[in-house]
Amino acid sequence: MKHIVKIMALLVALSAFWISLLQTSVLPQSYTWLLPLYFIVSLGCYGLLMVGVGLIQFPTCPHEAILLQKDIVEAKGFLKEKGVDIGSE
Amino acid sequence: MIRNSMEEKEEKNKYSIIVPTYNERLNIALTIYLIFKHLQNVNFEVIVVDDGSPDGTQEIVKQLQQVYGEDCILLRPRPKKLGLGTAYMHGLKHATGNFVVIMDADLSHHPKYLPSFIKKQIETGASIVTGTRYVKGGGVHGWNLMRKLTSRGANVLAHTLLWPGVSDLTGSFRLYQKSVLEDVISSCVSKGYVFQMEMIVRASRKGYHIEEVPITFVDRVYGSSKLGGSEIVEYLKGLLYLLVTT
Repeated sequence: MKHIVKIMALLVALSAFWISLLQTSVLPQSYTWLLPLYFIVSLGCYGLLMVGVGLIQFPTCPHEAILLQKDIVEAKGFLKEKGVDIGSE
Repeated sequence: MIRNSMEEKEEKNKYSIIVPTYNERLNIALTIYLIFKHLQNVNFEVIVVDDGSPDGTQEIVKQLQQVYGEDCILLRPRPKKLGLGTAYMHGLKHATGNFVVIMDADLSHHPKYLPSFIKKQIETGASIVTGTRYVKGGGVHGWNLMRKLTSRGANVLAHTLLWPGVSDLTGSFRLYQKSVLEDVISSCVSKGYVFQMEMIVRASRKGYHIEEVPITFVDRVYGSSKLGGSEIVEYLKGLLYLLVTT
């Protein structure tokens, strides 16, 4: 099944649930009418929250950059010794 | 006992490391040195697919062949820039190993992680081992806030829409069983970042066993990397494309 179909099915299920709530009026109608809006807003909040958390916890590795510089020096030394023309840079 | 059987497997396996290059004269030399340094007692070959670099990348690869042996470093150039996806296919045609590693030649993928890819594959029997920057032990260096924000945003969007089951979709440091790579690559049509994402999403949908290992990513030391508005638009289009085709 294509992924879009899964997502559509999920949305249809949610809509069906919402319509049934409207029909049966378990909740006051005015609340029920606002539910899709709450859904969209909370989806947006979830997205922003995940981006925010991801940004705060973004894994960095400054130490690796230093290690890489050492590796580069080592590699250049070896290659020069073997006569590989890596330029004078 | 377990150790012995692992060593036996390692001996039987051969790893073909495909490295596409374009103007990576210095980087390819450094990368190849580091590959040979970190992959001792492993049967492997490096396949350099150079897209007609004007900077003499091929010349330097030939010199490296003199140092390390022509059977360990294969130069399989193409006449001009023809795209990443077809570069992998081109390299794959010449691969003699039962496993294929694809990695970038710009030193953002450090060859010191190769043993952990191999170990993970042997331990789990996975079809694909993919390097991830977004777990403990992984990380990125050299990105500004904007780049981090874009990356996180793209990741959250992709995870919300595609549910791929892999934490790092656009990373391109991966180990594949050769037959799996052949199968997946033939159904991929995207380019650039989206290509990497399409590969892993399609593989995941096909039910292949995918494992992850942490890698660190140090953004290009020599040369420049780019991420502009057009890349973001391409990414969004790619996301939409994957949504309706996978």
